Amino acid sequence: MYDIRKTYSASSVSEALRLLLENDGATIISGGTDVMIRLKERKLKQAVLISIANITELKGIAVRENGDIAIGAGTTFDEIYRSEIIRECVPALAFAANQVGSPQIRHVATIGGNICNGAVSADGVPVLLAYDSCLEIAGVSGIRTQTLSGFHTGPGKVNLDQSSELLTTIVIPRAEYEGYFAAYYKFGQRNAMEIATLGCAVCLRLSADKKSIDELRIAVSVAAPTPLRCRKTEARLRGAPLTNQTIAALRKGVLSEVQPRDSWRASRQLRLQLAKELSERAFRQALETAGGEIV
Amino acid sequence: MIKIVHMHVNGTDVELGVDEGESLTDTLRNRLGLTSVKKGCEAGECGACTILLDGKSVNSCIYLTVWADGHTILTVEGLQRNPGELHPVQQAFVDEAAVQCGFCTPGLIMTGVEIANSGETYTREELRELISGHLCRCTGYENILNALEKVVGKK
Repeated sequence: MYDIRKTYSASSVSEALRLLLENDGATIISGGTDVMIRLKERKLKQAVLISIANITELKGIAVRENGDIAIGAGTTFDEIYRSEIIRECVPALAFAANQVGSPQIRHVATIGGNICNGAVSADGVPVLLAYDSCLEIAGVSGIRTQTLSGFHTGPGKVNLDQSSELLTTIVIPRAEYEGYFAAYYKFGQRNAMEIATLGCAVCLRLSADKKSIDELRIAVSVAAPTPLRCRKTEARLRGAPLTNQTIAALRKGVLSEVQPRDSWRASRQLRLQLAKELSERAFRQALETAGGEIV
Repeated sequence: MIKIVHMHVNGTDVELGVDEGESLTDTLRNRLGLTSVKKGCEAGECGACTILLDGKSVNSCIYLTVWADGHTILTVEGLQRNPGELHPVQQAFVDEAAVQCGFCTPGLIMTGVEIANSGETYTREELRELISGHLCRCTGYENILNALEKVVGKK
């Protein structure tokens, strides 16, 4: 028996917000694959749960009129993995979605929960960071938008007022995915049901002649207190030629920006090695899909 | 608090009063006697409690019964057709000796039914990924994969 005081099921975003305001300390829940574990471990007690799993407006993936991809926060990883839109426009996200937990988990776990849970190891986050995604957050005074970059403020902490706000949509702007190619690499001790030891997503756009980097974004997870963009390295390599020197600079740059720690899962040393290695692999794979070649 | 829940379980409509904190595993086992639903890790990792919720495999241990209100549930008990006749997935598990201690078997059978119902064919490697939400400490998975290959057909 879980230590639950009361459960609600909201049928609309406005109802969920009203229930949040009426119930002090209530927890928003959708698939429950993180929250139920917190309950089991007694990190959450006497819970008041507001389920948003039945809110249809939070589900599904659509291309907006302006070409932006809008992913409802209540969309499951299985739905993201199977989505034609995602496979067509941002295939690295389909790949990352399929790295989460197990098939059973992916049938219920949602992308919104993965982001709001604030885990530094969230598989859904690095690729979305590399695509410079935005979040639409509903509150009492309407919708506010903010970039995913900066949303995470610490381990398990996000810039969301849990007593009055709800993440509704993840937006990948057309300008941030069109012409871009991305790849995600995750390292774990086993291939399934595994929390990332370290993850890295690289998203790039090549120059018209495919001889140099036009735009580059690198996102790393489990390498700092929050998922991280390596902005200094990105800036330094903008315009760089596709050479082994550039890859060496990428490895060195990423290494200088990450701050991994020792944990029971892995040592800082291993994570530093992984940051170098995975950023190179993700870069090479993104480059290959973009049709570029190292000369 | 007690809530009234309506579910369609193994072909039958049921109405139950359940505690809001009750997991679907506990409801299926303790109130409906469906003991094929096993309690393993109770953290969504081992897959022993896997049932089909509206045709999709779900870990019932981390799923609240109140969330299943209005939904359709299938467990191994619901696979029975004519007396003495096994579901093709069950028969394949028997034929390929895919069962040792048996604890993971009901969950794997349900994922097997989901895979078979998809109507698609898979490679052995794809099947391996599809059953990655189940832990089996006896078989080493090879006979389980042999059984599944028999049912879904090789790609």
